[in-house]
Amino acid sequence: MRIQYVLQEIGHGLRRNLTMVIAVIVSTAVALTMLGAGLLMLEQTKAMQGFWYGKVEVAVYMCNKNDVDHSPNCSSVVTAAQRQAIDDQLTHKTPYVQKVQEETQAEAFQHYEQAYGSTALGQTATEQDMEDNFRVKLSDPSKYQVVQDAVGNMQGVASVVDEQQLLQPLFTFIHIAEYSAGGVAIVMLVLAFLLIFNTVRLSAFSRRRETGIMRLVGASNFYIQMPFLLEGAVAGLLGGALASAVLIAIKAFFIDGIVAPHLSSIQFIGWRPFVFIIPLLLVVGILMSVAASVFTLRKYLRV
Amino acid sequence: MISFENVSKTYPGQERPALRNMSLEIERGEFVFVIGSSGSGKSTFMRLILREERPTTGRVIVAGKDLSRLSNWKLPHHRRLIGTVFQDFRLLPNKTVFQNVAFALEVIGKPKSHLNKVVPEVIDLVGLGGKEDRLPNELSGGEQQRVAVARAFVNRPMVLIADEPTGNLDPETSVGIMKLLDRINRTGTTVVMVTHDQAIVNQMRKRVLELDQGTLVRDQARGVYGYVR
Repeated sequence: MRIQYVLQEIGHGLRRNLTMVIAVIVSTAVALTMLGAGLLMLEQTKAMQGFWYGKVEVAVYMCNKNDVDHSPNCSSVVTAAQRQAIDDQLTHKTPYVQKVQEETQAEAFQHYEQAYGSTALGQTATEQDMEDNFRVKLSDPSKYQVVQDAVGNMQGVASVVDEQQLLQPLFTFIHIAEYSAGGVAIVMLVLAFLLIFNTVRLSAFSRRRETGIMRLVGASNFYIQMPFLLEGAVAGLLGGALASAVLIAIKAFFIDGIVAPHLSSIQFIGWRPFVFIIPLLLVVGILMSVAASVFTLRKYLRV
Repeated sequence: MISFENVSKTYPGQERPALRNMSLEIERGEFVFVIGSSGSGKSTFMRLILREERPTTGRVIVAGKDLSRLSNWKLPHHRRLIGTVFQDFRLLPNKTVFQNVAFALEVIGKPKSHLNKVVPEVIDLVGLGGKEDRLPNELSGGEQQRVAVARAFVNRPMVLIADEPTGNLDPETSVGIMKLLDRINRTGTTVVMVTHDQAIVNQMRKRVLELDQGTLVRDQARGVYGYVR
């Protein structure tokens, strides 16, 4: 196999259909940008979920030094006796309770730092700012009220919070965004596929003299198809690279530059997801282009 | 070298068969003319040898291989044993004489060193020495056909198939091409030539296969174009 010949042919092919090749690259890039954006949003959801989401449903926060005189049941920081009474009430006297887990101030602080350590808020928090709390898992999640009724008025209880309700709207919003990005990605991938189809068809037609002679002279099928496949792969690779660049720019300039400073309480994704998302985009770009090319050649290139 | 065993070919959607129960044998090193009016099956005959088509019934055997048994990925290898020359030359217009001939070797993966040795030889053989850097549109019809012959022959195929090679050429130039093909035949290459050219057939007195509406009606060693009815 002559590398030089093949490279020459790719160069000629790309130049001959330059406008169409550019169209392929751009549409592939848009499709992959959407795909990457969807994946990044998935990562963002994970980053924001924190430690407890999905594991528990209701949290009973007990008084810490910040709650004293600010909450009705907090005349002092929660005492051991009060804590015991609340635990007892939850575990033995409240219906629908499946599991009660205590998270001490120290543990709460640890989990908080894990989830929010890099935000502005996270960096100023101390252990004393955390509230000792009981995490309650209910056998029927809709019965949050039961916990409120059981311990809401007990001494030492600062607040009873349905964690799910708190986080739900935010996650709903993100899921909508994810699905939208996914939908756009699919539409764009179909569009990119059609563009590649057309480009390869045009390319094959304009090279029919050469491919005809190559066939007669006994060039192997693979050798005849390879310039087209490589053209497709190069276009797909460039599309993937373009998509990656756009996503990196969004992260660097938009998220880190504009959004994060304004939303200090939300932990935004770091650079780590990019380590696997970028190679994924490049690979998907190449594979999709090559697959589309093979499909088209099978139809239009007589071998 | 080439055997047809009871070969029939009907194209899909057609009632009349293009070839009807044809059996023949062409030995290695022979020079064979294939003649017949339009639609007699000459092109189909050629296409079956190249395996551009498959017979509806019967077997085609080339160089010992049954072509219907040939797998698709072995097909290119089969085609490398056969050199082809066409009436319309089929040269690549943007490549020089050298590049056109070299193309046949490049696409089957021969190294450049081999190319640079063999291509000039065969260009000299066809009588175009000194014109390696000309483009096809700078050549006469006869010269272009010589390039085509060079390309067909550069790989030293076992069989050379010529489909009306003198069709676009004047009588004098045609003679030149025929001399070339004859010379190639004498190196041991089997030559099968489809032609309408009466004069050439009559002059060269080689084996003549005559087809009429798909049937082989005449197989004459040292034959002539016209036939005695």
